[in-house]
Amino acid sequence: MAKTIIEKIWEQHIVYEEKGKPDLLYIDLHLLHEVTSPQAFEGLRLANRKVRRPDLCFATMDHNVPTKNLPIIKDPIAKKQITTLEKNCQEFGIELADMEHPDQGIVHIIGPELGLTQPGKTIVCGDSHTSTHGAFGAIAFGIGTSEVEHVLSTQTLWQAKPKTMEIRINGKLGFGVTAKDVILAIIAKFGIDMGTGHIIEYTGEAIRNLTMEERMTICNMSIEAGAKAGLISPDETTINYLKGRRYVPQGEAFEQAAQNWLALATDEGATYDTVLEIDADEIEPFVTWGTNPSMGSGINAHVPFAADFKEESDREALKKALAYMGLEEGQPLTSIDIQHVFIGSCTNARLSDLQAAAEVVKGKKVHPSVTAIVVPGSRTVKKQAEEEGLDAIFLEAGFEWRESGCSMCLAMNDDVVPAGERCASTSNRNFEGRQGAGSRTHLMSPAMAAASAISGHFVDVREMVAAKA
Amino acid sequence: MKPINEVVSVITPLDRKNVDTDQIISKEFLKRIERTGFGKYLFYHWRFDENGQEKKDFILNDERYKESEILVAHENFGCGSSREHAPWSIMDYGFRVVIAPSFADIFHNNCFKNGILPIKLSVAEVEELLANGQQEPFKVEVNLEEQTVTAQDGKVYSFEIDPYQKQMLLNGWDEISLTFQYEEHIAAFEEKQRV
Repeated sequence: MAKTIIEKIWEQHIVYEEKGKPDLLYIDLHLLHEVTSPQAFEGLRLANRKVRRPDLCFATMDHNVPTKNLPIIKDPIAKKQITTLEKNCQEFGIELADMEHPDQGIVHIIGPELGLTQPGKTIVCGDSHTSTHGAFGAIAFGIGTSEVEHVLSTQTLWQAKPKTMEIRINGKLGFGVTAKDVILAIIAKFGIDMGTGHIIEYTGEAIRNLTMEERMTICNMSIEAGAKAGLISPDETTINYLKGRRYVPQGEAFEQAAQNWLALATDEGATYDTVLEIDADEIEPFVTWGTNPSMGSGINAHVPFAADFKEESDREALKKALAYMGLEEGQPLTSIDIQHVFIGSCTNARLSDLQAAAEVVKGKKVHPSVTAIVVPGSRTVKKQAEEEGLDAIFLEAGFEWRESGCSMCLAMNDDVVPAGERCASTSNRNFEGRQGAGSRTHLMSPAMAAASAISGHFVDVREMVAAKA
Repeated sequence: MKPINEVVSVITPLDRKNVDTDQIISKEFLKRIERTGFGKYLFYHWRFDENGQEKKDFILNDERYKESEILVAHENFGCGSSREHAPWSIMDYGFRVVIAPSFADIFHNNCFKNGILPIKLSVAEVEELLANGQQEPFKVEVNLEEQTVTAQDGKVYSFEIDPYQKQMLLNGWDEISLTFQYEEHIAAFEEKQRV
């Protein structure tokens, strides 16, 4: 029978199944960071339990770390969380890329970079953006701290089999339209909870044409559509990315692994519980205007009117969102001024993201009323970018060039947007207070954020790039 | 984990949809390494102003609901992050039950690990409860064994729940101890994977 990649990977990982119970699923890779793990390790200690497979765990520090003046952490509570992870990794024998380690970075950026992320794996982490790793054709999902503890002790999880969903993106993306615009358009079109209870497979010509880094941006935001996970069947693009990375098999073993990985791709004729489609040519550079990722529009649109919505609860939600965001119904998106730009996060802080932003800002200056920062996703990304001279382009334009970490995506460290101020951000969530109490977040692609930094307001990056050409 | 079966309480009507985990527990409170003590931070920026004073118009600050153990909200409750600090703060504040038409998956799952009962009712049923609860304190009786919510006006709402999750909550079981009973299956799987 024809099967989807979702069913294939799931079935390969069932340790035990019984009617009336969820499946006991084996976990191949467990990524850890400082914020959601301390209580899990403490639970192990209290119950006198061990880590079953420390060799399948990998830890780093990303959420709390400062992006300047390393390694000083002023906040004593944050510092304790960092030292607690160090202590836990040492005690339980887990490999750790700590704050100053050359492999350090956002957990969802370094997993693929090191080749820990591989097709066919089940991957978990106490972080909802674990869905990123699905870009390689893995089932990767975020878990809570109790489940972190469960995986540490048993290397398994009890999981009810999710439904399957195909999202097909037909045709080719237009000039200046990026992976970020695709996923924001999908969430705006189908809703913030359209993926609940499902694993999404992204398919179609537009997906096949994307690089691995772009695929990661798409899968990363599956959770913003409520999905348990999002993935893409492996192909030659996947294999080429992985070849030679540190933790993948080498030489002949790699060729064998590659064959197995390619065989995971969804079979022709396989069916899904739900199928959604979107045409690539209807997608424009996107900007969010509200307080969840589904509240967004193409850059040349305006903030909606309450009257555009049929349901009273949606009209109420719009009013609350606009009151928080300090926007008016019907306001053109290009009329919105900003004070901050953040280029970073597990969604958009890979080398190609920084290249795209640098291309826009090269030879220009950041608008005088804007503070703009670039936070590379990992130390490796930072180093590669510096080798290409991207840091110089950003610095010359008036951006700050920082150390890697989650930074202003969730503002757990000192990188905070002040109350009432507005940020063009390449991150994944525009919830109230996400980038600081009272801060106003607008999600967009790196190129769009870079263009906003120069203009001081939102602008269609296609005009800027076309003007240059 | 504390078992749960019957909860009798007035409901706290939270008239919002897509309540995200960043609102339930804001990031500045995620730096602590303990599991307890998060209740005072629940819905912090909705509850308190910049000077730490209670905002009068927020439902949790209404004296009549302060002892409530049942939170009621609109669709997609708990969307966003995987932070288990969200259910920890809900539990520590004193809620044992959350009623909504739908929940985000990770949050829903995290509730069961902490002795919180998430109940899904239809949109119309939730709206009815919210309307009743917003007028004046409205008491309901939740019974997990029977899978019912009985309102003070006599109306009975039935809900579905996964039988495995139900047993976990009723018994307050430690899931890791249960899984250890399947150790030989795990070992056999690992052996097979090595080959």
